[in-house]
Amino acid sequence: MITVDRLSVRFGSALAVREASFEVAKGESFGLVGESGSGKSTILRALTGLVDIAGGTMILDGEALGTKRSRRFHRVVQMVFQDPYGSLHPRHTIDRILSEPCAIHGLDRPEQRVLGALDDVGLGPSFRFRYPHQLSGGQRQRVAIARAIIAEPQILLLDEPTSALDVSIQAEVLNLLARLRRQRGLTYILVSHNLAVVAHMCERLAVMNRGEIVEQLTAADLHRREAGTEYTRLLMRASEGYDPALASL
Amino acid sequence: MSSPLLAIEGLNVSFETRKGLVRATRDVTWSMGREKIAIVGESGSGKSMSARAMLGLIQPPGRVEARRLEFDGIDLRGLRPKDWLAIRGRRISMVMQDPRYSLNPVMTVGRQIAEAYVIHHGATAAEARRRSLEMLSAVHIRDPERVFGAYPHEISGGMGQRVMIAMMLIPEPELLIADEPTSALDVTVQNQVLAIIDEMVTRRGMGLVFISHDLGLVSSFCDRVLIMYAGRVVEECAARDLHKASHPYTRGLLACQPRLGETTAELATLNRQAEWAR
Repeated sequence: MITVDRLSVRFGSALAVREASFEVAKGESFGLVGESGSGKSTILRALTGLVDIAGGTMILDGEALGTKRSRRFHRVVQMVFQDPYGSLHPRHTIDRILSEPCAIHGLDRPEQRVLGALDDVGLGPSFRFRYPHQLSGGQRQRVAIARAIIAEPQILLLDEPTSALDVSIQAEVLNLLARLRRQRGLTYILVSHNLAVVAHMCERLAVMNRGEIVEQLTAADLHRREAGTEYTRLLMRASEGYDPALASL
Repeated sequence: MSSPLLAIEGLNVSFETRKGLVRATRDVTWSMGREKIAIVGESGSGKSMSARAMLGLIQPPGRVEARRLEFDGIDLRGLRPKDWLAIRGRRISMVMQDPRYSLNPVMTVGRQIAEAYVIHHGATAAEARRRSLEMLSAVHIRDPERVFGAYPHEISGGMGQRVMIAMMLIPEPELLIADEPTSALDVTVQNQVLAIIDEMVTRRGMGLVFISHDLGLVSSFCDRVLIMYAGRVVEECAARDLHKASHPYTRGLLACQPRLGETTAELATLNRQAEWAR
């Protein structure tokens, strides 16, 4: 479904992504893990055409991606961002936020679609005419997910979708994303700094460090703590809690 | 037994709003010695508000009421601004969550650290500079001279957080309040920053109030944990026994986190009960 081959992205003189290659099959959920500045979000931005690439190729559904994205691309691929406070227009009602993708793609029955999408993300019709500031962080992220799925895409790019949320709300949003994928056969690329979240949500993942993919492994490998590189093992240990022995590294 | 470093009894922080009285903390009671205590809870649980009340930082229309609010035997209730100067920043200091918003962007890092020392110790500029450089090395900054002359935007987030810790520790406080000091940092950097704080607590006998939402982190880092929900302390336990916590809210928080080594189709979610908030 998605093939990324030796992708490089340059910001000024710095290489943000260096020759990254991976493939994601249809219906699969693939994770990109790494610390800040590792290039994981930049890969998503390159896929959606938000940043220019310096080299390599990206193929989506058999079609090579150039510098411009077609309307069909946005019908197939949608994105959910990290910050539920920054990604919804503060002066648009939820109804208007959800109607916009319907108008862009010329979809029929926009009203039913808005109500259906609200229902799919567990919000219900009472939220339709509210503004984002009247919602909690978790509710806003549900609206962002509703906006992403309303045009019935096949691929969702998820950029740290739960890092701004409390753990109990994170669990609800992750369960929602897992259910939507099951019901609709969606393909996910999930970017996160949280190894446990990625191991829970994805079948396979790539670990990134300083712009490079250092290794690819399965979630089962991660659960069994069978990592092939020193860096992944370091990340695993550091994410378990405070470990004074790691501080001197 | 000597008097506790900090003693809080029946602390209520409330705000008058258009929709009526909002009670940010409700009847919060706890005390601590020179140890590492954690306050955990989700957003809106009142953990940061308890910390702000300890530093006299709740501004009107916010109201602070307590039967007892004592630091080292000093009654903090109704302290005059002049008296606060001898305590806030000097004997109790606070590290905030995000160095990007808490450092002055138009002042070099060195001047900001030295300023704290000059104000609290009446030192000369040369003395303050020497101490600041020492402090920057103490928080494991490799090139203190360069960082001393740098502006906040010229240093990384992890370094900025270390700079803030240096600034807070230079007056040698007896109590450090750290409000999510590592949530903006990568896990590997987080460990380094915690090790520095740990060292200061152990070496200088400082007390630490560590505010966090990360249960795994506090159970491995602190001595004791208070769990807050809807403004109340619902449970208190030794940090190493956190996994044996009994309150359904604490149990729920522990259960809803994905964990390496545990595969489940669906994560447990929190079923909030009205009686927890009562």
